[in-house]
Amino acid sequence: MAVEEKKVTIRRLKTAKDLGKFMADYYYELDDAVKSGKNKIAWCTSVGPAEILRGMGFLVYFPETHSAMLGTTRMATDLIPAANAIGYSPEICSYLTADIGAFIQGKTPLSKAFPGIESVPKPDVLVYNTNQCRDVQDWFAYYADKFNVPLVGVNSYRSVGEVTPSHTASIKMQLENMIEPLEKVAGRKFDMAVFKEAVRLSKECSDLWERVLATGSAKPAPLSFFDGTTLMGPAVVGRGTEAAIDCYNLLLEELEERVSAKIGVIDDEKFRLYWEGMPVWGRLSAHSKLFAGLGANVIASTYCSSWIFSALDPEDPFESMARAYTELFIVRDDDHKEKYIKEKIDFFKIDGIVYHNARTCPNNTNCLYGMPQRIENETGIPSLIIDGDLNDLRCLSDEQTKTNVEAFIEQLEENR
Amino acid sequence: MGDPLTLFAGIDVGASRTKVALIDSNKRLTGYAVEKSGVDFSKTAERCLKISLNMADAEKERIKYAVSSGYGRKNVPYSNETKTEIACHAKGCFHFFPEAITIVDIGGQDNKIIKLDDKGHRISFKMNRKCAAGTGAFLEEMSARLDIPLEDLNDLAAISTNMVKLGSYCTVFSGTEVLENIRNGKRIEDIVKGLFYSVIKRIVEMDSFSDKVVFTGGVVEHNPYMIEMAKEIFNKDILVPEHPQLTGAFGAAIYAMESVKA
Ligand code: SF4
Repeated sequence: MAVEEKKVTIRRLKTAKDLGKFMADYYYELDDAVKSGKNKIAWCTSVGPAEILRGMGFLVYFPETHSAMLGTTRMATDLIPAANAIGYSPEICSYLTADIGAFIQGKTPLSKAFPGIESVPKPDVLVYNTNQCRDVQDWFAYYADKFNVPLVGVNSYRSVGEVTPSHTASIKMQLENMIEPLEKVAGRKFDMAVFKEAVRLSKECSDLWERVLATGSAKPAPLSFFDGTTLMGPAVVGRGTEAAIDCYNLLLEELEERVSAKIGVIDDEKFRLYWEGMPVWGRLSAHSKLFAGLGANVIASTYCSSWIFSALDPEDPFESMARAYTELFIVRDDDHKEKYIKEKIDFFKIDGIVYHNARTCPNNTNCLYGMPQRIENETGIPSLIIDGDLNDLRCLSDEQTKTNVEAFIEQLEENR
Repeated sequence: MGDPLTLFAGIDVGASRTKVALIDSNKRLTGYAVEKSGVDFSKTAERCLKISLNMADAEKERIKYAVSSGYGRKNVPYSNETKTEIACHAKGCFHFFPEAITIVDIGGQDNKIIKLDDKGHRISFKMNRKCAAGTGAFLEEMSARLDIPLEDLNDLAAISTNMVKLGSYCTVFSGTEVLENIRNGKRIEDIVKGLFYSVIKRIVEMDSFSDKVVFTGGVVEHNPYMIEMAKEIFNKDILVPEHPQLTGAFGAAIYAMESVKA
């Protein structure tokens, strides 16, 4: 008999449903705002200044989340060529190319996921922060032209070592300078009290999300990186709102129950892995099964922790936002990143690191400048690099991924 | 000493070739086969087993355990267990060279670099990525372009006196470079040596290497001149097992034997 594939059990979280409802409410609210004209809509980058926008009563839409949906629904690969054809190279951000491709072809996964929604909510203003990459600026510039709406943003630093007052002073000033053009679009004055409240709520959401992810340090881990990539929805699109906080309180409760009952995501957690880089959205389920089938749980990642903004402080909202959005991993230099990953290895008791070399996002790819080798030399924790992409499935070979992952787990097993 | 009649089978179903190795309880190779994998991996694996059993003059019933490996490892009807080709190459090579080694396997579709410590434990591994450059597929593509049978490449490279260096690392670009060199009147043997050189260069770029380097895989089995070139490029002796193309299958057979003992 040929060797049978093993059946794997992956325990789902009950609260995932509540989070799903949160996302549905979020998209319906946006859709309703467009149809009724009740609220103005701002498009914002995923680690952009959402709190300021909330402080002006905007509903905030995040195109990156839409792109991730294009990835998970595997629509992206067919849409990317439409953007390639108008000059956006297949080598650049496949969030950008998938999203622009979808726009050109008039398609959105929202209409299938949320009946009644026909298109993405039309923006009144586009707001970016280049702290994550330059691609977001180019991406939003395209829409500024198409929708004929203003484009405002923060031009941030990259490869930052220590975040100094000179960094935050410049970012703070750029944040403050946004107020005037945003007021014009909003048709109302900036309300400091509402803004401070948004920062307070954002910080609370961030703290809860951090605690959610930290439950992964338990043995066995009650959640996986693959869970995290969908559970993080409210932290991305809902930060600054009460509803996101409610979601994470529920989730945390369920995870803590799992921890005290020693219930893991998988039954037999032999190896605990760290994922460095973006998920391959179109392969979330396949990858989660692949690892689970080998007794490995990918329990933590840099990526899911990207929406932790510990520095936020409602008493000093502009300065603390400047700091929080510059302190992020993606903005930092390799020294900082390596220190960060080593701390995570210790905290989560990690046996191995998987680096995703995402072809179209060098910004979230950290295996191109010798980092895996350096971390491995220093910690002795072995690592694996898999080639792939966040959205463009033309850039990956499932068979190669599978063989690499299986061989990596064999290596961990042999060296136990 | 185990039962002399007992056999263990290792099957390495690669993307390009399927290899089967039969060993006895003393890890002696008693039968083997190498065939094109084709489109029906199961059938090819069966055919290779038959050839190997014939060579060993044995019945199928004597096989106590079989381990399959390679891209088609899940398609072998008579396999008891699967292992990745990385594990099997490591196992096979360490059997022949029980010391700290870096294994370079140049396969039909991909290359592997595997590092072992002096106990045979894997320290790291890498598989080449994304493109055919530096693999057997690259040589196949180029032999078709040059209209030279694949099996003639080795002898041609060996008589070259003025190697043409190809600069590009993409198979398509290399193809264009080859055409340009033909147009410029370069000799075929010099171009072929240049192709061999670029295969080795792609390997050198993949990783760092320990003192002892072992080369395996179909490409070096059929192109031993490449080893001579590698010695020069690496500036050290290169170790090669007796049947470099069979190392993965051999390693799988050792795994099969160990599974029974365990
Ligand atoms: S960080 Fe990467 S994936 Fe995100 S928008 Fe920028 S290039 Fe795209």
